[in-house]
Amino acid sequence: MIRINNLYKSFGPNKVLQGINLHIQNGETLAIIGQSGSGKSVLLKHMLGLIQPDRGSIIVAGVEISGSSEVELDNIRQKFGLLFQAAALFDSLTVAQNVSFGLERYRDLSRKELQKKVKESLAMVGLREVEQLMPYELSGGMKKRVGLARAIAYEPEIMLYDEPSTGIDPIRADAINELIIKMKQEFRITSVVITHDMTSAYKVADRIAMLYNGKIVTVGTPEELRKSDNQIVQQFIHGRAEGPIKEW
Amino acid sequence: MTLPTKSFPFRLILQQVGEVGLLFGRTIVSVFRKPRETKIFIQQLEEVGVRSLPVVSLTAAFGGLVFALQTYFGFHRYIGIGSEAYGGPIVTLGLTKEIIPILVGLMVAGRVGSAMAAEIGTMKITEQIDALYSLGADPIRYLVVPRTLACLIMVPILTLYGDIIGILCAYFFNVSMGVNRVVYMRNTLLYLELGDVLGGLIKAGIFGVVIAIIGSWQGLKTEGGAEGVGRATTKAVVISSIIILVLNFFLSKAMPESLGI
Repeated sequence: MIRINNLYKSFGPNKVLQGINLHIQNGETLAIIGQSGSGKSVLLKHMLGLIQPDRGSIIVAGVEISGSSEVELDNIRQKFGLLFQAAALFDSLTVAQNVSFGLERYRDLSRKELQKKVKESLAMVGLREVEQLMPYELSGGMKKRVGLARAIAYEPEIMLYDEPSTGIDPIRADAINELIIKMKQEFRITSVVITHDMTSAYKVADRIAMLYNGKIVTVGTPEELRKSDNQIVQQFIHGRAEGPIKEW
Repeated sequence: MTLPTKSFPFRLILQQVGEVGLLFGRTIVSVFRKPRETKIFIQQLEEVGVRSLPVVSLTAAFGGLVFALQTYFGFHRYIGIGSEAYGGPIVTLGLTKEIIPILVGLMVAGRVGSAMAAEIGTMKITEQIDALYSLGADPIRYLVVPRTLACLIMVPILTLYGDIIGILCAYFFNVSMGVNRVVYMRNTLLYLELGDVLGGLIKAGIFGVVIAIIGSWQGLKTEGGAEGVGRATTKAVVISSIIILVLNFFLSKAMPESLGI
């Protein structure tokens, strides 16, 4: 579904991605773990064509997206739903308008169907009677769930989650984990989950990839990762300050 | 990569001119692309036009008054008592061709251009621009086009409104100073041509596009947090004000004396 070949990206002197190779299968959930600032979100934005690589290629459903025109990118982006780290709700729109934003552009629905779909999407993330609220009236966790409702509303083929459990309580975080699993089981959605929450990664992922120093240091099932003899991986998954990772 | 010190400012200016040119080109192309963001366009018409009325009224009124005052005393001192009524055409031409378009342009740059940079800049740093891309809305078409069209339409309308306010205030000032109202009005109407007013309105339309493009450009290239938004806002006002003042001279020079209407 998504193939990333030899991807390089720098911002000035800061080399963020240094030769990423990753293959995400159709219908699988891949978690990408790594320290804060390790370039996980940058990698995610490359998959949507929001950032252009310095070198390398990203192929989504057989289409090369690095170097595609805006019109081609628009077509590819329809396949994606993206949950942003800080929700990125549009400040000037109500919750209902936020959720229906992608639906109006990607699907040809009547006003009634649109309203029904908005209600259903909000219900899926456990929100009711919030349609007319403005984003500033919502708590951080509610914003995140509205962001998720907006991303899943138009039933994308690929879901990208940027830190889905950050900023919400453990119970709601687990409910979102359940939702990610449900989306995969019921709709065969391919998912990429960026996280440093190992509980979430173990629960939702079929495979886990670890990003360190701009490279993927390991890819494997949660069980393989637990048993890995790579000291960087062991330090990260056990959350230890002592070990080969010194930058923190 | 370190840029050579000597060529650095020149390259930076070229790069920025290139960025603005590219944004302007993409905006023109996007005007003709669907879907059209009619609702946002109407909101922007209100934001740029209706909400600028108080500040435009005030600046046009005092612009007209001070110009009338200096013209009155100029005629009174250098031409002689009784010649003040001949200042009418000078005041009217000066207001419609130069003073009101510039005042309105600067006021809208301060009020609307800064707001555009701040709003779009905040959207940039909170990933709302990325969210627009991911949800199939091109930010140029969704944000820049409605703002540019609204400024293109509303700045000339505000200028025309400012012309009327300025001319009326100048008239009332002269009448209050004892100038014969009939002679003042007759002189004014005798020399004022539609082309003079139209020239000012064309310039105002160009200033409107400058304000929207510079405000949007600064917003879209905002980096960092609140500090970055503040910097973009200030730059938007300063750059568009300078462009308006410089452009005004060259447009006035390039335009025929009267547009021949």
